[in-house]
Amino acid sequence: MAELMYREALNRALFEEMERDPLVFVMGETIGERGGSYKVTEGLLKRFGPRRVVDTPIAEASFTGMAVGAALIGCRPVVEILFIDFAMLVMDQIVNQAAKYHFISGGQGRVPMVLRTQGGAGNGLAAQHSQSLEALFYHVPGLKVVMPATPGDACGLLKAAIRDDDPVIFIEHKLLYMTKGEVPDGEVLVPLGKADVKKAGRDVSLITYSRMTLTCLEAAAALEKEGISVEVVDLRSLVPLDKETILESARRTGRVVVVHEAARRGGVGGDIAAMIMEEAYDDLDGPVVRIAGRNTPIPYNLNIEKVCIPSVEDVIEGVLKLV
Amino acid sequence: MKEEVTAAGGGPPDAAAGAPLDRGLLLGIYRNIYATRRFELQCIELYREGFIRGYLHPYLGEEAIAAGVCAALRRSDYIVSTHRGHGHCISKGADLKRMMAEIMGRVDGYCAGRGGSMHISSRKDNNLGANGIVGGGIPIATGAAMGIKVKGTDQVVVDFFSDGASNNGVFAESLNLAGVFRLPIVYVLENNHYAVSTPIECSTGCCDLAGRGPAFGVPGVCVDGNDAVQVYQETRRAVERARRGEGPTLIEAKTFRHGGHHINDPGLYMDAQKLAEWKARDPILLMRRVLAEEPAVAEIEARVDRELEAAVAFGKNSPEPSVEEFLAAISD
Repeated sequence: MAELMYREALNRALFEEMERDPLVFVMGETIGERGGSYKVTEGLLKRFGPRRVVDTPIAEASFTGMAVGAALIGCRPVVEILFIDFAMLVMDQIVNQAAKYHFISGGQGRVPMVLRTQGGAGNGLAAQHSQSLEALFYHVPGLKVVMPATPGDACGLLKAAIRDDDPVIFIEHKLLYMTKGEVPDGEVLVPLGKADVKKAGRDVSLITYSRMTLTCLEAAAALEKEGISVEVVDLRSLVPLDKETILESARRTGRVVVVHEAARRGGVGGDIAAMIMEEAYDDLDGPVVRIAGRNTPIPYNLNIEKVCIPSVEDVIEGVLKLV
Repeated sequence: MKEEVTAAGGGPPDAAAGAPLDRGLLLGIYRNIYATRRFELQCIELYREGFIRGYLHPYLGEEAIAAGVCAALRRSDYIVSTHRGHGHCISKGADLKRMMAEIMGRVDGYCAGRGGSMHISSRKDNNLGANGIVGGGIPIATGAAMGIKVKGTDQVVVDFFSDGASNNGVFAESLNLAGVFRLPIVYVLENNHYAVSTPIECSTGCCDLAGRGPAFGVPGVCVDGNDAVQVYQETRRAVERARRGEGPTLIEAKTFRHGGHHINDPGLYMDAQKLAEWKARDPILLMRRVLAEEPAVAEIEARVDRELEAAVAFGKNSPEPSVEEFLAAISD
């Protein structure tokens, strides 16, 4: 068992998968010599050479489309989009091309590609470098959406995403890259579509993902001291969604809070809350509550930035209202 | 048009400079031009009869491009097609029966009735597929060429797209990428002079679209898109260049749509005089002139007519997709 940073765990996953399968290659801006803005691709160029570690021009739409084309002929490309905000430039290739091909070709071909990117606020990067846009991808049939919270999950999920035969949108969080955690030795594979109960509890279920998992764990620890037993379910992947684990937890505790950083309106939380109310209504002691980002562009100034996304206090307050 | 067709310098090994082109090759090109023409006319009829729905963008008048280009390709080479893609599909070797079934939305179609005309692909021929988004295929084709490089094979990709697509941002991005990575790809820009209804002179201040290639380090060449032999010869050169690892080429093939943008567009905005001039140089007429003394032409036409008749019957007899099976396959 090694303790690795989130970014090191991702790096290990890329190394291992590129070693294992010569058809895996990576493309993106500044990922070669420089090793990526967050050092996730560090060392890959030296080990695998420029044929498989491709530094691209700033042309997101086309190099993402190139991943679709390379995937169609049997490669397993991993493209890096520096910020999820920039993924807005590639929506045709992801939504109209990658997500549709297997379906509209009648199963003649698949698109085994991964789009790695990162989102989230917290560094004063302002409105075009801080968004949480997973709901846009979650909404589109044909895509898988993965959002790991810990180094162990980041490693295991990225490896599983690369081996998956469908396009996977793999969304990291910029504030998680330097966080540390245990990554088991040997092959770490975390299946897509399997949530992880990060902390068991009896009174309230917190359903969350990505960095908010850490926020929820902190809130749960504080609430525990007040005698409230809180369960924290880390979804890990949004598509496929592990309904079974969500519903089992909801039925057992009867009280559910869905927590995410993305803006509340049209967020994934609304969909999960509706699903729980449709399928577990009789076992609930109250309505499912959402704690989410505010419906605003993210500002630059740190004081007003931090009130845009849920804090530990917000989560504690939300739970206290329910019990 | 010269009576005797010759391959220019640097031509294919089967036709050294000055030697006539192979008879089988020319007949093959003619077969695909004729089959595409007949196929499109048949589709229009079936559309009017209600057997085909949705959008249908006929390739009428442009057939020589696909036929000439694909004659220069191996089966293992890839093509990426467009919404006006029936000619590409036929010329790359598709079975008319399965094409017709797809366009009629039936289960025996290439895409099991899920794609239709705008999304048809035939992976057995390495046709990666048509596209409903103008320009959407350009990055995909470029990526297939990148994939070839990663795999280390000697395949080549041909990307068909239009003058309209060449005004889309991904055209510039992709040519730039192909240029910098010297990818094994030939961009075939089918300049039919209209982007939906907008004439080329109203959509760009640049009259020579092939000239856009050199700006990205991609050689550009302009050909008469109605002359299948010329299209073949230029494609052959570009394909060999790509196969040798010398990088991409942009071929602009000038042509003219014989009708509106799609079947329900009468094309009233089209320049009647230009249309008449281009129709006088119809790709079928030009190719028949090349093959003037060739007795096999009539036989080829009769064979295509029979194939097409069988394709229509096959399509009509193929079942509609089952609603129950479709719903059962949706995972959540």
